Amino acid sequence: MGVELIAVGAREDVLRKIRTSIGAPAVSSPAIEAEWNALPREYNRVGSLSREAVLEMLDERLRDYDASVIRIQSGAVAETIAKQLTERGKHRLVIPQGLAEALGEALPTGFEFVVDEGLSTTELDSFEGVVTASTVAIAETGTIVLQNVAGEGRRAPTLVPDYHLCIVRASDVVENVPEAMARLAATASLATTFVSGPSATADIEMTRIKGVHGPRFLDVILVT
Amino acid sequence: MSGAGLDPRTAPKFQVAARVLVGDSQMRKNVRHATKVIQTKRAKVVAEMPDWQKLREAGKAIRQHTMRHLDFYLEQFERNCTAAGGVVHWARNAEEARQIVIGLVKASGAMGESPTEVIKIKSMTTEEIQLNKALEEAGVHAYETDLAELIIQLGHDQPSHIVVPALHKNRAQIREIFMREMNLPNLGGTPQDLADAARRFLREKFLRVKTAVSGANFLVAETGSVCIVESEGNGRMCLTLPETLISVAGIDKVVPRYQDLEVLLQLLPRSATGERMNPYNSLWTGVDPAEKGGDGPRTFHVVLMDNARSEILADEEARQTLHCIRCGACQNACPVYQQTGGHAYGSVYAGPIGAILTPQLMEMHHAQSLPYASSLCGACYEVCPVKINIPEVLIHLRNKVVKQQSSGFHILANPEVMALKAVAQVFRSDKVFRVSQKLGRLAELPLSHKDGQGVGWIDWLPGMLGGWTQVRDLRVMPKQTFRQWFEEREKNKQGGK
Amino acid sequence: MRVSLFITCYNDTLFPETGQAVVKVLERLGHTVDFPSKQTCCGQMHWNTGYQEEALPLLPRFIEQFKDSEVVVCPSTSCIAMMKDHYPLMAERSKDEGLKKAVAEILPRVWEFSQFLTQKLGIEDVGAYFPHRVTYHASCHGLRSLQLGDGPQRLLRAVRGLELVELETLEQCCGFGGTFAIKNAEVSSAMLADKVRSVLNTRAEVVTGCDNSCLMHIGGSLHRQRTGVRPVHIAEILAGE
Repeated sequence: MGVELIAVGAREDVLRKIRTSIGAPAVSSPAIEAEWNALPREYNRVGSLSREAVLEMLDERLRDYDASVIRIQSGAVAETIAKQLTERGKHRLVIPQGLAEALGEALPTGFEFVVDEGLSTTELDSFEGVVTASTVAIAETGTIVLQNVAGEGRRAPTLVPDYHLCIVRASDVVENVPEAMARLAATASLATTFVSGPSATADIEMTRIKGVHGPRFLDVILVT
Repeated sequence: MSGAGLDPRTAPKFQVAARVLVGDSQMRKNVRHATKVIQTKRAKVVAEMPDWQKLREAGKAIRQHTMRHLDFYLEQFERNCTAAGGVVHWARNAEEARQIVIGLVKASGAMGESPTEVIKIKSMTTEEIQLNKALEEAGVHAYETDLAELIIQLGHDQPSHIVVPALHKNRAQIREIFMREMNLPNLGGTPQDLADAARRFLREKFLRVKTAVSGANFLVAETGSVCIVESEGNGRMCLTLPETLISVAGIDKVVPRYQDLEVLLQLLPRSATGERMNPYNSLWTGVDPAEKGGDGPRTFHVVLMDNARSEILADEEARQTLHCIRCGACQNACPVYQQTGGHAYGSVYAGPIGAILTPQLMEMHHAQSLPYASSLCGACYEVCPVKINIPEVLIHLRNKVVKQQSSGFHILANPEVMALKAVAQVFRSDKVFRVSQKLGRLAELPLSHKDGQGVGWIDWLPGMLGGWTQVRDLRVMPKQTFRQWFEEREKNKQGGK
Repeated sequence: MRVSLFITCYNDTLFPETGQAVVKVLERLGHTVDFPSKQTCCGQMHWNTGYQEEALPLLPRFIEQFKDSEVVVCPSTSCIAMMKDHYPLMAERSKDEGLKKAVAEILPRVWEFSQFLTQKLGIEDVGAYFPHRVTYHASCHGLRSLQLGDGPQRLLRAVRGLELVELETLEQCCGFGGTFAIKNAEVSSAMLADKVRSVLNTRAEVVTGCDNSCLMHIGGSLHRQRTGVRPVHIAEILAGE
């Protein structure tokens, strides 16, 4: 590829300039690590609300962003999925591999669930919606985090269809962002998407408008 | 002139541009409204955070630490990104970055065919280097997919704000642009109508175009991941659906560890759009190795660009300029920006951050009027999520400009420099100071008129000082200075004893 | 207390009545006031405009004048902010250890006038009488650098006969900004227009603040437009009897 010939030596030049600019003598990697460890972190690393208050907050903040929230007990997931899909008039949905296992229940009958095993973009565009589980949810910000794991799948299926039905387990709900990042740390390299409500823009006279790209409708089933 | 950017090399001086723009009442109204809305939203979500100041402190510390070890973290990022299947390129300057991107785009076509279209996510970095213009000249049309950038592109305009680039346009103006450029004669006028039009127009491209160009909000060194923060979903579209993704990032975008995002992802959305969290954040590392049905692009390139950032790094007092996380809060808070809008700054980076970043990116050869485009009110520093002391940097850059302007013969061509140096001498001696007070009073005499109460006022001053009397009167110096009054009083006290 | 007055170069020359008012208030409260006669300027205009080298000699001059003062009081938020924000840096630059120590030692004894009353003396009622409708403008330096908070408003509310009306643009910069008013006259005027409009909306007779530089700028426009509204420094209100 001819691109290598374009900026020959740039890497060395840039690094050299940076080192000259910083001026200080080179510091060892353990010393840099020690310095990083000593950075001030007096912000809230851990939440302080009760479990119920955390779930309440997630519910409220999701609604703030125009997502619909249905709270249920475990064991009722399949029937709630069925109810919600019927209410929304959705019958043909794409799902990630391993969804039933992730939900701990078989999916409801009466719907066409197609497992994504490498569907093309055009194929994804033909579905009425997508159903997934989730990795973690952040109450304070009304955020659901999806990763490329069983039950959630790759990113395109949660992006192209216009409707996303997402199941969140209460045990996966944390209060704040630092708690969420701590939960995600072990799988940090996976493709990750933070979803805080349906897509929106505020570019026209600062009015938040729903749905430019990405699913315009988000339903969340919160399972205790 | 789509793609021909605001160029600090040729832009008029701030004072000159501002003069024209304060006369644009539509723009001023739009800017005033937009900045007020975001500021109110920001204030509300910041007030919810009892640890906001601690977050700012941590944000500042993280950025400071990063810059102190920038080479280490860039190398770490390169290593980890490459190990995960990404390809990392380095560019010394804008020209190299442009050429690399063009080369990568051309090589990304299927079956050796060079693509003629790419889709793009909003990126100030790509605006900085005027990438779209270069791509156009190389036969590639870059479709901007952010609603605001789309408005700018279709309207042959320039961005005026880091986060909300089309904030200077109102809905009627946007409707005109869409009707014309998207061929929609019956387009409705509500913001929802306009957003729907944009959705349809762009969706066709998202599902078809195979190569995308983006910027990057954060590059995580520890994992080799890239993070994109966005609202509309066009980011996710460009990052996920195409075959090839090319991300252009300034070297200042690197962040040491994944955990550091817990600070930055709290500071950025609240500061930028006044939301607890923006609708979508995407994080990915390299490419998915799966043979079939992989997640995201098959090919991923990162272009790490210097473009004078390493110069800024060398200036210890100005280094904090590089801490910027591009939230735009300073622009929303700035009373100067509120009057002039972004274009007056002659650069894609406007407002307070523009006033310090642009001249430094130009290595102080251009944009010398920008450090003076501020009353030093400090509102920007108050809202900066990473506590960049913008007023301090402005003053520091003013010193650099003055040094340039007072070197050698330049000084003779500069009445301001001569005047201020003379005044400095006066202040060094109270005797000389007293004499100049007397002289000042004499000099004023011909210019003063007494008002109805017998108080003297001046309504016209010559030369540079005429800027004052354009809209203000100036009261004449009273007959007795304070020190004269005090000294007389002391004398009388002693005399009376 | 024995208070040493740092009047500032522009108050000395243009607004001696403000200094006279400060003397009156402090003496009314039972303190004695002295005036180190060699004082000139704190160096702000030069430092902020980029003439750092020209500003540096003014620091040791200030120290020399005031090092033996019990306490230093100054009726200008911007000058005090200059000292608190920049004198340590200037001393650092000079690489003079003695100067660095002297700056660190003197700054805790240096006060802006209203802050001296509310924070050092801990008082709000200074026995003043000023029977007018007044609105208060918060100078940026006072607001952000000195963190005056609502100290000035509390002082004003304790003045007999004074009707205090809140300014809608209270915390917004008036557009003076020192040499900014000349170098960027257009924008300065635009910012001033907003400030003046909100002053007129309060229907106050008087606009006050802790800094004559802002008041000179706001007052200059109020006078040009023959609005009948006048600027009065807070010291002069507090000196009212």
